[in-house]
Amino acid sequence: MNDYLAQIQGYADQWLGPVWGPQAYTFGRAIAMILMVMVPVLLTVLYYQLVERWVIGWMQVRKGPNRVGWKGVLQPIADAIKLLMKEQIIPAGANKALFLLAPIVSVAPALAAWSIVPFAPGWVVSNADAAILVLLAMTSLGIYGIIIAGWASNSKYAFLGAMRAAAQMVSYELAMGFAIVGALMAGQSMNLTQIVARQQSDFGFLGWFWIPLFPLFLVHYIAGLAETNRHPFDVAEGESEIVAGFHVEYSGMAFAVFFLAEYANMILISTISPLLFMGGWLSPLDFAAIREGAAWYSWLAAPSILWLLAKVAFLMFVFLWIRASFPRYRYDQIMRLGWKVFIPLTLVWIAVVGVAMMDPFAHWPVLRLWFGK
Amino acid sequence: MLERAKDIASSLLLSELVKGLRLTGRYLFSRKITVMYPEEKTPASPRMRGLHALRRYPNGEERCIACKLCEAVCPALAITIESEQRDDGTRRTTRYDIDLVKCIFCGFCEESCPVDSIVETAFIEYHGESRGDLLYTKPMLLAIGDRYEREIAAARAEDARYR
Repeated sequence: MNDYLAQIQGYADQWLGPVWGPQAYTFGRAIAMILMVMVPVLLTVLYYQLVERWVIGWMQVRKGPNRVGWKGVLQPIADAIKLLMKEQIIPAGANKALFLLAPIVSVAPALAAWSIVPFAPGWVVSNADAAILVLLAMTSLGIYGIIIAGWASNSKYAFLGAMRAAAQMVSYELAMGFAIVGALMAGQSMNLTQIVARQQSDFGFLGWFWIPLFPLFLVHYIAGLAETNRHPFDVAEGESEIVAGFHVEYSGMAFAVFFLAEYANMILISTISPLLFMGGWLSPLDFAAIREGAAWYSWLAAPSILWLLAKVAFLMFVFLWIRASFPRYRYDQIMRLGWKVFIPLTLVWIAVVGVAMMDPFAHWPVLRLWFGK
Repeated sequence: MLERAKDIASSLLLSELVKGLRLTGRYLFSRKITVMYPEEKTPASPRMRGLHALRRYPNGEERCIACKLCEAVCPALAITIESEQRDDGTRRTTRYDIDLVKCIFCGFCEESCPVDSIVETAFIEYHGESRGDLLYTKPMLLAIGDRYEREIAAARAEDARYR
């Protein structure tokens, strides 16, 4: 598949390049690459919420949506049409400009962060060397959309939701940042492609960073739940206490845009986690001993975007699984977990990783598996 | 000390949470109990209190004798009755209205009726598109009774032992 992509790009370079001129061609190529990432992401968002309703329904011994189209597969289309047709209500007391700006501020970073996500070697819109910094910057910006929405709505519930979201996201940003620091120490790079490349070993999934960085892996995923305001950390929305939190006053398309941002962020977290800790597109079955013995095994051991998609799909499923299983955290418990558990835990583990990388036991063979390259 | 260490280890390894996830994971594959409503319906009791009906005797004479017990007992004041004496000397209603907007479906009218005239059927699939639509008049209630007489009689017969 990688070859086909390179081939197509070669043809484009050869034929379109001279015709369009260098500026127009570079621009067109960037647009094409962005579309190749954005269209699948948006389609995934559309169908992710259908799958969410299915999975949660099944876990509650219900059937979930199954009326629109075959088994309900057209449900998201019907929802999208409904949201598009709905009236956009702006409350009388709201700050109109900020009220309409908030969903945009919320969704723009959620989509922009996808620019640095590699899907396979070379399949990336921008192969930035400081990709992780871009990622941290973009995910932090999303909170402004929520704060602006809560403030501009001029509603008590919305404001409470925004305050909670701000406090929660600031707390968990730190833990998530530290977890990522651990991964970039082990990967010795801020470039996601290189971090994945460093997880390549002769022992398949045993060589990935999730084993030496297991606490950071858990913290990263759980902080990801909190960052995206998902269950069990969804106090910012808190349907049962502050109705819908920061987006209580939003309707129609503006609400849909918030929805889009939340789900794009969920998928982003589910993509970053495999890249940092679960070997990205590397095959879990890539054991050198078997690979060299049997030719038929090579396709199982080959790195492929399909492995990445499988890992992403699993983590996305865990998002839903968690939502169906756990009640909402109490607000002070969220703060306690963030500040008094996650941050000390990640700090300690960063020190542990640092010590392990210095190899104090003189070439411990196990440590060389992960840090020896 | 050892207990405390165990607690910390189990909370760091999320053991309780994994137990919860295992439970919901099992339910993911269990048989679903959803009733696909318009196609499937749950069984209804013979005492089901749905839409009202006025019944007739087998000879076609309406049962209601305008005693107005139902009107008196109705806690929501949903029933309005006017009566007259007919030429053969019997008392019959000229007007029998039930405002279903007011009705709370308590079944008192049915219980108070000495001649089993006003009854509540198991039929619940009706609606009104404006307020007036849910004011059911005597001809409408009699028509419902005529239409569902067999079901009404069967439900009464089934429940007769317990009355």
